[in-house]
Amino acid sequence: MKIEVKNIYKSFGNKQVLEDVSVTFEKGKMNLVIGGSGSGKTVLIKCMVGLYEVDKGQIVYDDRNFSDMDFKERKHIRQEIGMVFQGGALFDSLNVEKNIMFGLNMFSTMSREEKLDRVNFCLQRVNLPNVNKLFPSELSGGMKKRVAIARAIAMKPKYLFCDEPNSGLDPRTSIVIDNLIEEITKEFDILTIINTHDMNTVVEMGENIVYIHKGKVWWEGTNHEIYDVDNKEFNDFIFASRIMKKLKK
Amino acid sequence: MHTLFHIGRYCIFMKGLFLKPEKISVYYKQIKLEMIDIGYGSLGISVLISVFMGAVLTIQSVHNLVSPLVPIYAIAIVTRDAVILEFSPTVVCLVLAGKVGSSIASQLGTMRVTEQIDALEIMGINSSGYLVLPKIIAAMLILPFLILITMFVGIGGGWMAGSITGLINSHEFRRGLLSGFDTYNITFASIKVVMFAFIITSVSAYQGFYTEGGALEVGQSSTRAVVWSSVLILFMDYVLTQLLLI
Ligand SMILES: Nc1ncnc2c1ncn2[C@@H]1O[C@H](COP(=O)(O)OP(=O)(O)OP(=O)(O)O)[C@@H](O)[C@H]1O
Ligand SMILES: [Mg+2]
Repeated sequence: MKIEVKNIYKSFGNKQVLEDVSVTFEKGKMNLVIGGSGSGKTVLIKCMVGLYEVDKGQIVYDDRNFSDMDFKERKHIRQEIGMVFQGGALFDSLNVEKNIMFGLNMFSTMSREEKLDRVNFCLQRVNLPNVNKLFPSELSGGMKKRVAIARAIAMKPKYLFCDEPNSGLDPRTSIVIDNLIEEITKEFDILTIINTHDMNTVVEMGENIVYIHKGKVWWEGTNHEIYDVDNKEFNDFIFASRIMKKLKK
Repeated sequence: MHTLFHIGRYCIFMKGLFLKPEKISVYYKQIKLEMIDIGYGSLGISVLISVFMGAVLTIQSVHNLVSPLVPIYAIAIVTRDAVILEFSPTVVCLVLAGKVGSSIASQLGTMRVTEQIDALEIMGINSSGYLVLPKIIAAMLILPFLILITMFVGIGGGWMAGSITGLINSHEFRRGLLSGFDTYNITFASIKVVMFAFIITSVSAYQGFYTEGGALEVGQSSTRAVVWSSVLILFMDYVLTQLLLI
């Protein structure tokens, strides 16, 4: 199972955001897309799931050319996709339980009990029992992210996209969330793609790292390879902090 | 150019609403909820303004029509017809454009800027159909009944004002109400309301749905929703009156 991004271009107005980006993501790995703020990570992910149309190039899901499909054909692939948005994007008007159950209500033929079981299973999986009846406004940032993950995995996706799942969280909670995503990826054998600029994530679990700078792919490799890269931009980005410099030594 | 762009995109938006829905049962549930939200939620304000509208109409008619040649019960006729033809359908709908329209636009606008609409799309749901169509249908179904209520209340307000001020007594008022009543007026008003309901919900939803940016833009969308639905309501009012009443 893989997703291939083939030579995509995306611009807004006359601002070129992605330029000739080609990468391949494989399942069962922690695929990380890293890059500075405004480098085009979110745009790349949104192009991959079809929230933005690419100007040129192709997105291929296991030999299914997503870019050429119409709404109906895409729907099948979309039901295999789970996504965790940068801001959570929980439905404000629905409580946690209904948020997670949303996709199931729309597409599954499960009974109410089965759906509730699934919801509780997902909540358990993200270590959030007993929040079923709370509304998004009553949750903390970290809880929202976890509910968003629970919602993303509720439909048993084959592909999981996470846009900065641990930004704005304290270091411990970020690690919890990273581990959670890794566990889910291995456990359910999902193709996971994570946008991040969290260096801890990069060092700890980057099995396939794609570094994007100014809308282009500058470097690809694993977390073991980051220490001896001969590329100024990349090194400036990764080893910006003192702690990372120490780590390099 | 700008206007053409909006008209074009509005048409595409409308067409998008009618893609085959995921699950009809979910839509029914949404329509029911929206009917309560839009209809019942607007009952209080509509009734309140109708009472005063009717009252003002009666007093002003007396003021304008004082003449030995005009029988006093004509006041009731004027109040009745003005309320049924214009004040209940148009003025109440203008107020609802403010209340319902801004709430729809800001709800959808917020959902857009917080990526909730994207989240729906990702699941493979036709987001505009799911979010907007139930609102449009609900408003078109429920508002005629709401307006019917406001007609009664408005006329009641006129009768009350007439009695309280002693300008026209209950007996004369009743006589006026019953004389030369044309039921077509009610039909005409209902047609207007259905059209207005469509305008309010679809225009506001369009404005909200295509919000870009953040909280500031949500506010702007909501303002535009009210302005455009009000303008279009009055324009449509003119068109329909010319088409259906002459
Ligand atoms: N809808 C849009 N319209 C116009 N420009 C956009 C739009 N979305 C993104 N951009 C531009 O594209 C560039 C890349 O944005 P993107 O959101 O992908 O950054 P990012 O890498 O995700 O950054 P961050 O880490 O801060 O989330 C930015 O310069 C942004 O201004
Ligand atoms: Mg981003």
